Amino acid sequence: MTITTDERTHWSTPGAGPFLQVKDLQVHFPTDDGVVKSVDGLSFSVERGKTLGIVGESGSGKSVTSMSVMGLHKAGAAKISGQILLDGQDLVAASREEVRQLRGKRMAMIFQDPLSAMHPYYSVGNQIIEAYRVHNDVSKKQARAHAIEMLDRVGIPEPHSRVDSYPHQYSGGMRQRAMIAMALSCDPDLLIADEPTTALDVTVQAQILDLIRDLQKEFNSAVILITHDLGVVAELADHILVMYAGRGAEYGSAEQIFNDPEHPYTWGLLGSMPRMDRDRTERLMPIKGTPPSLINVPVGCAFSPRCAFEANTGGRARTERPELLDAGQAHLVACHLPQAQRLQIWRDEIAPKL
Amino acid sequence: MLAYVIRRLIAAVGLLFVVSVITFSIFYLVPRLAGVSAEGLASRYVGRTATAATVAATARRMGFDDPIYVQYGRFAKGIFVGEDIDLGAEKDHCPAPCLGYSFVTKQPVFPELVDRAKVTFSLAAGAAVIWVVFGIAVGVLSALRRGSLFDRAAMTVALAGVSLPVFWTGLIALTFFSYRWGLAPPGGTFVPFTQNPLSWAHALMLPWITLALLFSAQYARLTRAGMLETMGEDYIRTARAKGLPERKVVVKHGLRGALTPLLTIFGLDFGLLIGGAVLTESAFGLNGLGKYAVDGIRGNDLPKVMGVTLLAALFVALANLVVDLLYAVVDPRVRAK
Repeated sequence: MTITTDERTHWSTPGAGPFLQVKDLQVHFPTDDGVVKSVDGLSFSVERGKTLGIVGESGSGKSVTSMSVMGLHKAGAAKISGQILLDGQDLVAASREEVRQLRGKRMAMIFQDPLSAMHPYYSVGNQIIEAYRVHNDVSKKQARAHAIEMLDRVGIPEPHSRVDSYPHQYSGGMRQRAMIAMALSCDPDLLIADEPTTALDVTVQAQILDLIRDLQKEFNSAVILITHDLGVVAELADHILVMYAGRGAEYGSAEQIFNDPEHPYTWGLLGSMPRMDRDRTERLMPIKGTPPSLINVPVGCAFSPRCAFEANTGGRARTERPELLDAGQAHLVACHLPQAQRLQIWRDEIAPKL
Repeated sequence: MLAYVIRRLIAAVGLLFVVSVITFSIFYLVPRLAGVSAEGLASRYVGRTATAATVAATARRMGFDDPIYVQYGRFAKGIFVGEDIDLGAEKDHCPAPCLGYSFVTKQPVFPELVDRAKVTFSLAAGAAVIWVVFGIAVGVLSALRRGSLFDRAAMTVALAGVSLPVFWTGLIALTFFSYRWGLAPPGGTFVPFTQNPLSWAHALMLPWITLALLFSAQYARLTRAGMLETMGEDYIRTARAKGLPERKVVVKHGLRGALTPLLTIFGLDFGLLIGGAVLTESAFGLNGLGKYAVDGIRGNDLPKVMGVTLLAALFVALANLVVDLLYAVVDPRVRAK
């Protein structure tokens, strides 16, 4: 028998707001050198059928955030506070067992490197079957049929025979497709893709992004796309959250972030993106400096030591932490520069060079 | 897969051939190169009182003057089809796997080896079951609770287990469990499995535990190290992300990944052990292969020593063959290569 989407249950309570809501999330890791504040007061939400892109440098807290949502941090290692509401249920307050039951079933994750993320000793089919059977009481035969169906859906040719292949017998792109099949096997409502294309060939990247977009339409799930690559979010995201030092720096629709970015860090990210339609000499404007230590986060605005416009804030950037505030039309910016000045700098100084 | 099996088999046979050539050379060529005459070799067969003429006759009869490859050929032929041995007064046929006659007892070596191997195999197999189960369990728990009291205590005991020699722990165990408390039979007891499995196990309990203590310690440390490594792998995160219960994550995904290096060591350890657990056998007075080899060396009884050496090589080669095949079962990537 085959299992169709209709037979699977949904718990959605209609009109109950965003499917995933993160409120004032803090993830701190106590270490011998001090407390690492990987995520420090982060709020965002994602709706079903929408894609949120979370962008930032390494160490900005994007992966730590996704791991917290999945409940994958080691017990005791991370101090997590705030709220993570999955369809109204608070995952921070829930027991580990409750979160485990949700993992894979209602929220699933795709990882960066599909070769190391799959167990080398089990066949691809076996791993999908396992994922399906944890949450569905079906026979091995039914689960196998489902695995073949999933592989077919994600575009693996000859799924009937490929189901018994091992990860090392797949190509990189195929492996990531198989990972996606595995993640979607229980029809989750939330899919977190952590750098899903970073380890892949450029030609394959676009295919995988297409696949994620198509499947999202089909499954109507909420997607969180974590990446450092603005090109990837430009492809997929409805909304974008720019993270810096464990906090949100800017949040808005994809159009707002790409067309009218207001945070100097976002400008830097845009300036760091190579473009082929510009002269080589002026094509890159890297952000100066390095990301801050998450143990000693700079006082005030964490970005201020690297910010070219820090002087324009009259010293506030060095003393007062900016909050992520609405700058109009649900476009949130955490910056002390007056909005008029931000818009002007963008229009006159930054945009023409991009 | 079949090609892999055949390749491994050929490798094992080749290994045995090389070992037999080397062993044979050590016993029959090296002494000659060192200046021992054919008569010198032969004198071991006939005892000190023999006349020079008898020694010379024996040397000729045994073919010690023949070129070494002829001698090896005769030896190898003896293993496969048996050998007629001219004992002077009478002639005797040494049946198929003929490893020669003991200088001392004048008995063919092979049947004795088989008898002794039963003892050693009983000892090794029982101990192996204990140390694998115990060592891996302790190693896994230690890895999962790294830094805990259990981990530290277990690793301290493990260090002690590795460091304490078997002849000491064996004697201590005998003194207390057998002689003082009467919980185990005295040393030197062996009941064949076919006669009474329960008595067999009871008699071997102490040697098993003593031997297993040494190996469990090693296996616990190895398992711990392996588990610490695999539990940090990305595929463990994937397994958790699927929502698998933690026990399944640890056993099915973590332990399976940590098992491969253990398998290699186990093959070697077990193969070596059935070639003779010299110290344990001596401590408990068990007449196994190890003790047989020691007796052979003491009595300058070359065929015995060579028989044990070859048998041990056979076991090591077999164990490694089994390990290689298991490797392919455990790790699909091996099959492809």
